[in-house]
Order: sequence, then C-alpha cells, then structure tokens
Amino acid sequence: MQEIVMPLNNQGMALLCLLVPILPLLGFILNGLGNRKLAKGLVSMIGCGTVLASFLISIYLFLDFTANGSRAYMVDYYNWISAGNMQIGFSFMIDQLTLLMMLMVTGIGFFIHLYSAGYMSHDENFGKFFSFINLFMFSMLLLVMGSNYVMMFVGWEGVGLCSYLLIGFWNKNTNYNNAAKKAFVMNRIGDLGFLLGIFLIFITFGSVSYPQVFAEAARYTGGIDSNIMIAITLLLFVGAMGKSAQLPLFTWLPDAMAGPTPVSALIHAATMVTAGIYMVLRSNVLYVLAPTSLEIIAIIGVATAVLAATIGLAQNDIKKVLAYSTVSQLGYMFLALGVMAFSSSIFHVLTHAFFKALLFLGAGSVIHAMSNEQDIRNMGGLRKYLPITFITFLIGTLAIAGIPPFAGFFSKDELLAHVWEHSKVLWGLGMLASFMTSFYMFRLVFLTFFGTFRGTESQRSHLHESPMSMTLPLIVLAILSTIGGFLGIPAVFGENMHVLQNYLAPIYGYAQVANAAAVAPLHIDHATEWMLMGISVAVAVVAAIIAYVMYVSKKTVPVAEGSKLSPLHNLIYNKYYIDELYDTIIVRPVMWMSSALHRFLDVIVVDGIVNGFGKLVMQSGRSLRYAQSGAIGFYIMVMVFSIVLILFLNFFIG
Amino acid sequence: MNQIPEVIRTIPLEYYLFFSAALFTIGVIGVLTRRNAIVIFMCIELMLNAVNLLLTAVASYRGDSSAQVFVFFIMAVAAAEVCVGLAIIVMTYRNIRSTDVQLLNYLKW
Repeated sequence: MQEIVMPLNNQGMALLCLLVPILPLLGFILNGLGNRKLAKGLVSMIGCGTVLASFLISIYLFLDFTANGSRAYMVDYYNWISAGNMQIGFSFMIDQLTLLMMLMVTGIGFFIHLYSAGYMSHDENFGKFFSFINLFMFSMLLLVMGSNYVMMFVGWEGVGLCSYLLIGFWNKNTNYNNAAKKAFVMNRIGDLGFLLGIFLIFITFGSVSYPQVFAEAARYTGGIDSNIMIAITLLLFVGAMGKSAQLPLFTWLPDAMAGPTPVSALIHAATMVTAGIYMVLRSNVLYVLAPTSLEIIAIIGVATAVLAATIGLAQNDIKKVLAYSTVSQLGYMFLALGVMAFSSSIFHVLTHAFFKALLFLGAGSVIHAMSNEQDIRNMGGLRKYLPITFITFLIGTLAIAGIPPFAGFFSKDELLAHVWEHSKVLWGLGMLASFMTSFYMFRLVFLTFFGTFRGTESQRSHLHESPMSMTLPLIVLAILSTIGGFLGIPAVFGENMHVLQNYLAPIYGYAQVANAAAVAPLHIDHATEWMLMGISVAVAVVAAIIAYVMYVSKKTVPVAEGSKLSPLHNLIYNKYYIDELYDTIIVRPVMWMSSALHRFLDVIVVDGIVNGFGKLVMQSGRSLRYAQSGAIGFYIMVMVFSIVLILFLNFFIG
Repeated sequence: MNQIPEVIRTIPLEYYLFFSAALFTIGVIGVLTRRNAIVIFMCIELMLNAVNLLLTAVASYRGDSSAQVFVFFIMAVAAAEVCVGLAIIVMTYRNIRSTDVQLLNYLKW
C-alpha cells in the first residue's frame, strides 16, 4: 500500500519546487521581450542558465527526497479553482515518477538548449527561439509536477502550443506552417478525449487530485473492467494517442520535423511525445482496473510500432527516418504499458530520451555541416569529416538497435520479455519491428557516414565538424546512451539489481490494492530470459549485417525521386497513403462543408442580416433628411402640433 | 382701499381662464403665421403673459402666494431672453438686411 501523500510544511522547499518551472518561465519572458534587442550571448545565457538552474534544483530535490525516506509529498500554493464541491489547488505532487521526469526533462532539456545556442546561432530570431523553448520547458514541468489532472491538462496544452509555435518557427515557409497546423489540429482531437476523461474522473471519483482519485480507485467497488473504468481509461488514452503519435493520430509527428532540429530532439522525440506515457503511467491504478483498455493499448502500440518501422525503411530524409523511428519506439512504450510492464515502459522512455535526443542532435550536426541538406542520398562518407558526430551517432544507433551493452538493449529487452509473458503474437510483432528498427537505423548510418561523398562540390568544401557547444551535448548524451541501461539490469545478472524498478515500486501501491494480479512481477525463468535476450540481439545484428551488405558492400543508393518502384516499395515509400486517405475522408469533406456553410450561412444569412440593418438605416436616413428643410416656421409648426398631440393623448388616454 | 386679490376675485375665475387661453392661442397663431422675427418675438411675449395672468388669477383665488413668485421669475427670465433675442435679430438684420425668418433657411440637408 502506498503511503499517504503528505502535505509539505517546509516553506523553503516549497519555494524550490516552485522555482523549477518558474525559472524557465522567467527565461521565456526575458527572451521574449528582448528578442532582437538582447545580444545573442545574453539570450543563450538566459535560455540555458534558467534551465540549468532548474536542473540543479531538480537534482537537489531528488537527493533530498531519497535522503528523507522517499516519501511522496504535496506542495500546496493556493486554491486555484473553487466551484461548488470542486476544489482544484495549484499544487505540485513530488514523488518518484515526478522526480524522474523532472530530471529527464530538465537534464536533456539543458543539453539541447546548449546545443541550440550553437545550432541556431545564424538565425535572426535567436531570442524568439529561446523564449519558445523555455516556455516549452515551463509547460512540460507543469505537466509532470502538477498534482491533479487539470494542472496536467494545462501543461499538456502548453506543450502543444509550444510544439505548434516551434514547428512553424520558420513561418515564412507555408509548408512548415501547414505542418504546424496539422500537429495542432491532431493534438486537439486527442485533447478532447483527454478532457472528457477528466470530466468522467471527476464525476466518478468527485475529485481530480491524484492522491484522492487514486485512493478512491483503490477502494473502487465496481469490479474489474466496469464500463465506466473502460470509458475513462480509453478517453485518457485518446489524449495520449494524439500527444504520443499513436495510430491513427500519428501523421503529425513526421511532418513536425519541419521545425528546427533541436526542437525535434527535445519536443518531438525526448520529452513532449512521452507525455502520453507519463499520463497512462500516472493513472496506472485506473488502468489496472480496466484490463480491456490495456489490451487495446497493447494492440495499438504494436500496430504503430510495426507500421511506423516499415515506413521508416524507405524514407530518404534523415529526420523523417528518425521521426518514424520515434513513432515506432513510442509504440513499443505503449505496448509495454498494455502488458502492464509499467516500469519497463518508463525505462524505455528514459533510454529513448537519451539515444533519440542524441540521434536527432547528431542529425542536426550533419545537416548543419551539409548546409541544410537533409536527403541521405546526397550524403555519404561523412565519417572522415565529422568524427565526433559519427562516433556519437553510431553509439545512438547501437543503442536504439538493441546491441548490448548500450541503453536500448536493456530497456527493449526487458520490455519484450514482459510482452513474451503476456502474448507470443505481440512479442513476434515486436521482434519484427525491432528487426526493422535495426535495419533502417544502420541503413541511415551507412548511407550517411560510409561510402563516398555524393553531395555537390560546394557542400563538400563547407563540410566541418560542429562547434564545441554542439558536440558537447552529443558526447554527454552518448555517454548516457551507453551507461543509461545499467539503471535496469535484468534479474539474470543479479537479483535486485534493477535500480529503476525498485525506485518506482511505491507508485504502484494503489494499483496493487485495486487489482493485485495485474502488477505481479515477471515470472520468467532465467533460461527463457537468456533465450529472449539472445534472439533480440541476434535479430538486431542480422539486420545490421543485411544493411551493411546492401549499403556498404554493394554500395546501393536509394533511387532518385520519380523512379519506378516496386508496388510494395511504392506503398511504404508513400507512407501507406495514410495522409492521402485522411485527406480524402476527413480533410476534404470538412473543407467542403465549411465552404458550403460559408457560402450559405455566413455570406447569405449572417452578412445579410448585418448588411440589411445598415442598408435600412441608410435608406430611411436618405428619405427622412428632406424633413430638415431649414424653414423655421415649419419646425415650429411641427413642434406645436406635436405638443398639442401629446397633450391631447395625455388628456384622453393617459 | 381693497386688497388686490379681492379686486381680482370680483371677476369669476372662468373669465380669466378663457381670456388667458385666447391670449395664448393668439400668440401661437402669431408665431406660426407671421414672418417678421420681431412680431414672432412679440407673440412669444404674449404667450408668456397669458401664463402670467393665469398664475396671478389662480393664486388670488387659492390664497396662495407661491404662484405669484413664479410670475416674477417668468418676468425676469423673459427680460433676459428679450435681450438675447433682440441682439440676435439685430445681427440677423445687419447680415441679410431683413428680419424675415423665411430667408433664414441655409441650415438644411
């Protein structure tokens, strides 16, 4: 049983907790107001400094938390919304999960800020960029620190807004603006589900505050799989679907790559898109009460993982490959949630944040060196020119492919072991996605860094390793991608070595009460676990070798735009025509309906009424003005007759 | 010598009423029909005095002096009004060499 969340009575600590999100907000205000007025050095100092300070405070809070017996606490600031029997406080809840997310968000956030200082240095809207990305940090921290669903929703919308602003950062390009709009609209669809889920939680449990909701849920008497629980969890999952780019709402994420590369790394790979996983994990007690929803989540997760991985096989844009890989990895995380491997899911969130941020930043470094070229068909042989980028990118690839001892191996292996226990079919599909992941990632590495240079002469002469501020984050993230996996050493290497799982155990306290069978530990004997590990490594290595043979030995280069492709290749190259499908069945009918409504309701009815009044007044004014003849006698006569009339009426009627 | 109210009361109240109404109507018709600004002005004075007469008569019959005070107010205000009005008529005459109000029809659509 989880201990009751205690209120915090320490003013100093309360202030520190508040400073974590407030500092980036301050950075947003300063940089936002000072855009183009402040010197670039000062802007990056404010931008990075505030996030670094938040990171340091988070570390302090973490140390303080573990030193004081790891007791979750609430920090109340004020009563935010109070209506009838609804009380929503502006307060933070600090527990194991919150601290983990805070460290991840601020830590990786800081390195990406540092990287941006180098990457964006030539951009005229340097201050605008830093203010937006600081606002993102603020919203994300609000999302993970809030102590109730409404605060989470505020942060949720905040990160959605920042995502929109940053995808459309280069807003002179219409395509980028369309990508930003697409992301925003798709996220709104998910948000509607999330919002309805919150309403339903309030109706069912009479509160939106986590400790109260979870305590109520643990006492819930409606039984497992009651309709209301399935409705709540599925509605919340619709929100997660939008934010974390799951089928069918995933098409915005690849388009979101229109934003600057550090944004792709921070928002569209490492942090914001994992908000959906955080939300499901936070509500774990609700989900264990609805195993049917979890089943659906697992299926959608694995379908997304496989589908996105197949699309990734045929993409030629370095960032698009990484984008589909992100969608696919998010699918893995939901698959883990679906089989109730909650700790494995957050473990994969963490390692994915390390290696995917690394890969994106590495890709950014390549793009920077190639003078904004993103097509891998025009790269090749960059190993010699960008040694640091190459090594760190390779580490990221090894990590995502699941080669031991890099981080991805541990998290993916653990995750798939849980899936194996749950369902062999899902495991098989997971392995298939894993094979494709390894293949497309090595394809990317081989096409980019091996072989001969295929770009233009002017690009070749500009090739250079990125500046220190960009390579330093790469190195740090590469180290984290290498050692990050040791947070979760599987049981075969030693009992109780799984630091992360032991650390996170308290947050499932209520879930254990609600449905003890659901959160039972893994029951796999060591022989099976060795076998699973062996298979996953073998699959990754085989895929890597195939990629090597194809792209290094045979020197295959993906065919140029417009060449004839085999039907299957054509299908995945065009992303299964999903965008076209959505365009036909949703976008066009809605557009048609809007224009029809515009033509009828807006132009004829609304404009007709408004303009009609205008015309009426004009017309009557035009005819009545002749009464003003200028003849005083006439005026007096009218006056006298009017007075007589009034008196007359008053006398006889009044 | 008899008191003034008593003298007034020697004539029945209805006579005053009819007389005042007649005076007032003559004033109104004068204002409506005449074109000379000075005559119109005089007609206005006629209307004011019709009211004054009625007030005095009623005050005497009711034995209430507050209506008589009103009469003094009206006379004072009328005097001030005549000042302004005659000044306007003089200015009008200087400008258009006439006091015919029908010539003053420039202020129109």
